[in-house]
Amino acid sequence: MTMLKEGRPTAPTPVKDAHMSPATATGNRALMLEEALIFEIGSTDTTGVDFAPAPNVASRLGTLARTDSIGLPGLSEQETVRHYTRLSRQNYAIDLGLFPLGSCTMKHNPRLNEKVARMPGFADLHPLSPQSTVQGALAVIHELAQWLVTLTGMHSVAMSPKAGAHGELCGLLAIRAALEARGDARSVVLVPESAHGTNPATAAFCGYQVEDIPATPEGRVDLEALKARLGPDVAAVMITNPNTCGLFERDMKTISDAVHAAGAFVYCDGANFNAIVGRVRPGDLGVDAMHINLHKTFSTPHGGGGPGSGPVVLSEALAPFAPLPFVEKQGDQFVLIEEETAQDHHGETFGRMVAFHGQMGMFTRALAYILSHGADGLRQVAEDAVLNANYILRSLDDVLDAPFGTSGPCMHEALFSDKGLADGFTTLDIAKGLIDEGFHPMTMYFPLVVHGAMLIEPTETESKAALDQFILALRSLAERAKAGDEALKGAPYHAPRRRLDETLAARKPVLTWTEPALAQAAE
Amino acid sequence: MRYLPLTDTDRQDMLSVIGAASIDDLFVDVPAEARLSGTIEGLPDHASELAVERHMAALARQNLSAGEAPFFLGAGAYKHHVPASVDHLIQRGEFLTAYTPYQPEIAQGTLQVLFEFQTQVARLLGCDVANASMYDGSTACWEAIGMARRITKRGKALLSSGLHPHYVSVARTMAKFTGDALMHDAPTLDAATDIDALIAGIDKGTSCVVVQYPDILGRIADLTPLAEAAHAAGALLVAVVTEPVALGAIQSPGAMGADIVVGEGQSIGVGLQFGGPYLGLFACKQKYVRQMPGRLCGETVDAAGKRGFVLTLSTREQHIRREKATSNICTNSGLCALAFSIHMTLLGERGLRELATLNHGLAVQAADRLANVPGVTLLNDSFFNEFTLILTKDARDVVRNLADRGVLAGVSLGRLFPQAPDIGNGLVVAVTETVTAEDIEALGNALEEELA
Repeated sequence: MTMLKEGRPTAPTPVKDAHMSPATATGNRALMLEEALIFEIGSTDTTGVDFAPAPNVASRLGTLARTDSIGLPGLSEQETVRHYTRLSRQNYAIDLGLFPLGSCTMKHNPRLNEKVARMPGFADLHPLSPQSTVQGALAVIHELAQWLVTLTGMHSVAMSPKAGAHGELCGLLAIRAALEARGDARSVVLVPESAHGTNPATAAFCGYQVEDIPATPEGRVDLEALKARLGPDVAAVMITNPNTCGLFERDMKTISDAVHAAGAFVYCDGANFNAIVGRVRPGDLGVDAMHINLHKTFSTPHGGGGPGSGPVVLSEALAPFAPLPFVEKQGDQFVLIEEETAQDHHGETFGRMVAFHGQMGMFTRALAYILSHGADGLRQVAEDAVLNANYILRSLDDVLDAPFGTSGPCMHEALFSDKGLADGFTTLDIAKGLIDEGFHPMTMYFPLVVHGAMLIEPTETESKAALDQFILALRSLAERAKAGDEALKGAPYHAPRRRLDETLAARKPVLTWTEPALAQAAE
Repeated sequence: MRYLPLTDTDRQDMLSVIGAASIDDLFVDVPAEARLSGTIEGLPDHASELAVERHMAALARQNLSAGEAPFFLGAGAYKHHVPASVDHLIQRGEFLTAYTPYQPEIAQGTLQVLFEFQTQVARLLGCDVANASMYDGSTACWEAIGMARRITKRGKALLSSGLHPHYVSVARTMAKFTGDALMHDAPTLDAATDIDALIAGIDKGTSCVVVQYPDILGRIADLTPLAEAAHAAGALLVAVVTEPVALGAIQSPGAMGADIVVGEGQSIGVGLQFGGPYLGLFACKQKYVRQMPGRLCGETVDAAGKRGFVLTLSTREQHIRREKATSNICTNSGLCALAFSIHMTLLGERGLRELATLNHGLAVQAADRLANVPGVTLLNDSFFNEFTLILTKDARDVVRNLADRGVLAGVSLGRLFPQAPDIGNGLVVAVTETVTAEDIEALGNALEEELA
C-alpha cells in the first residue's frame, strides 16, 4: 500500500461563469434549507415528549371518549428543533438588521426583558392565585402603571387591554360610558383621513357612525373643517399624534379645547408615542384617552404578529369608567379590584374586557425596559428616534418625493411618495428591491392620503452606520426606479421566495393542509 | 445608555446634514406650553442591567409560584409542563423580533408556522378552518358571538351557566355597546349541565348558543342534541374550550355539530404568566370563513412556481375595510401561536393522547382521595382534569387559609361568581400531569384539618 501524496485542492478551480448558480437536487441552497410541512414529515405515532405511565383507573369521561383520528403529526425533539430552526431562517427580524416599518416602532428588544419575564415568580403564576401570594406581581402592574401615568401626564391607566386596537376599544367604551352616564347619547366619531384602519373599525364597533376629517395640504388635521363639524352629535375625535404623515399636530391643544367645548372627548392613538416620550406629555395637550402600545414604545417583542399590549391612560373625566380588573395600593398591600370588590366603590366601571389581568408577560418586559432607560434615557429615546428619521428624510429628499418635506421637521418617521418614478414603477418595486439589499421594506401604501406612500421609521436603536447603509440602498433603488430599470420589477431575487401570488391565495383560499389524495378527490 | 448607539459626534454630524442647530429645532412644532425642558420630575434615571434584574427579581420573590407549592388551580388557566425546546425555539430572534408577515418573501418562517398552526387547531377542535389566533379565549368568545350575529342577523345569544364567568363578563361588556341580548344565569351545583334548559330556551330570535366544554365546573356534556336544536331554529352552536388538552381524550366540539369553536390555547406551550399573554383559538365551518375575524394565512405560489404562504382574505380586516371590517383586531398572538404549534408538534397525536390520559388518571385519583375527606362532596359524574368539590363552608376562606399553609388548593366559586352566594361552598380543583401523589396527599390532609 502506498500513501497518496496528492492532497486536496486548496484554491478554487476557475469556472466559466463565476456567477452561475446551478439548481440543486434537493432545492436547498447551502445554508438556505427548504423545509416541508409537519404534515408531510411527521407521523401521528411519533412523539418528542415522554410521560410517566398514567394511573390505571376507570374512565370518568362519560360517553364521550375521543375515538376518531385527530390527524396531528408529531416529530422527535431533534426533528422539531430542526424544523423550526430552518423555518426561522426564512424570516427577516430586527436581530438581523434595520426594520424601518413606519408606525410599527421596530426597535431593539433587550434580552434582559426576556430573562425577567421568565422568572418563575412571574411566568409560573396563576391569575386566580390568592392575592396574598401574588403581591410582587401586583406591585409590577402598579409600578408600571405609575410610570405610564407620569410619562403621559394623565390621571389613571387601564392596564388590561391586550393590544393597540383593544386599547382603542377600551378608550371609546369609556367615552361612551361617560356620555351615557350624563344622559348624552351622541352618534358620531370624527377620524382623520390619515388614521390607522383600527380607528374607524373601533368606532364602528362601538356603535358610532364614522366621519372623515380632511387633512390640510401640509399633512395635518384641518382645524377649521374639524371645528365646523363639531356639534351635539359628536361623541369623540380620534387623533393620532404625532400623526401618520410623521408630523406633530401643532394645533393639538386648540383641537382639544374645541372638542371639549363641544362636549366631546379627545381620543389619541398613541402608536407614535415613541417620538415624544419624555419630551411631551399628552395630558398637557388635553387628551382624554390614549392607548400605549407596549410592543412599540416600550420594546416588548412583536413576535411575528403579537402578542401586543395596549394599556390606556385616561383623564380624570373618564377614569371612573375604567374597565375591571385593576390594581390599587391600600396601605402597604396591593389589591386587585375585580367584580367581587368593585360593586362597593367602582360602580361606574364599564365592565371587563379580558378574562384575567392583561398582558403580564409584557408588563414585566416593559417595566424592565423603562427602568433600564429611566427618565433621562426615555427622553433620549425620543430625541434619537426623531433625529434618525430626519436624517433619513434629508438624506433622501433629493431623490425621492417628500410630500410634506416643507411642513417642518418630521417626528420619528419619514414619509415619501412614488411621485417621479418611471412609468409603471411603483412603491412595491422599491420595497421588494430593499429585500434584495438586505433590509425589511418600509410601510407601503399607508397613510392613504399620500400616493404610493413609503413610511420609514428607523427608531432610536439604529446606529449612524446602519442608517447610512440603508440610505445608500434606498438611494440606489430610487435611481433605478426613476431610470426604469426593468430588473427591479422582478425583485426580490435573493429571498427564500420570489413575489407571491396573493390574488390566487384569496380567490382559491387554502387555509389548512389536506392530504394530497383527499385534496385531489375534492377537485 | 446601552441600547442607544448614537454618539454625541454622530448626533452633531446628523444635525448638520439636517440643517438644524440643535435637537430642540426638531421639536419646534410642539406648542411651547407643552414642551418639557428637562426630564420628568419624580422618576429615576437610567439603571444598569444588574440593578434592574435585582429589582425585578426581588418583586418576583414576593410571589408564590405554581412550581413551589402543591398546586390545583385551573378555571381557564392550567399549569402544564412545557418542554425546554419550546422556549428555546420561540426565543430565536428570527421569530421573536419579526413583525406581522406583511412581506411574505422574507417571512415564510412565520407564515408556514401559521399555516401549520391553523391546521393543527382546526383538527384539534374538529372544524374545517381556523384563524391565526386571537388575543385570548375570552375575546375569541365574544368575537364568536358577534360573528353569529352577522351570520344569522339575529341579536339574542344564550350563554350556558357553565361558561367561564369572566368570558360572560367580557361578552356582557361588549353587548352593552353592540346591542346583543345575552341570556345567562350562574350555575347551580348539579351533576348535570344546563343543556336541556338551553335547548328549551332556543327560539327564532336566537343567534347562537354558547356552551363551554368541559364547563367551568369540569362537567362534560354531549353537545349533539344542542347542536341539532340550535340548527333546527336557524341558530348557531358556539363551543368554548378552555382546556385544549381535554380534546386528546374527549370528542371534539366540531364533531358534535358546533359551527364555531373558540378556545384558550394557553395550556399548550404558553404557560401561566399571571393571565397573559394567552392565545385565542378560533375555528369554524368552511362556509362561514368570510365572516371570521382575525388574520388568516393561506397557501399560494411564487413567481417561480414554488409553494409559499401569505396572509389572505384581508378584505375582512380593518386595514383594508376600515369601519366595515369584521373586527377591529390587528395584532394577534403570534408568538404564543408559535409556542402552541411547537409544543403540539412535539406531542403529536400520540403524545397528546398520552398527556390527556395521564391528566385524567391523576384527576380521578385526586377526586377519589378528596371525596373521602369528611365534609367534602364531589359534584361531578363526569370530568376530564378538573372537578368541583362542595365543602361545608365558604371555599374562599378555605382557599385563603390553605394558601397560608403553602397549598394552592383551587379556585373558589365565590371568587368566580361573587353574585351567587348560594354556590359559595364550591371549589374547582384542577389536576394536571404536574401534580404528584404527594401533592394530592398534601391537599387532602390540609382539607381534613381545615374542615375538621
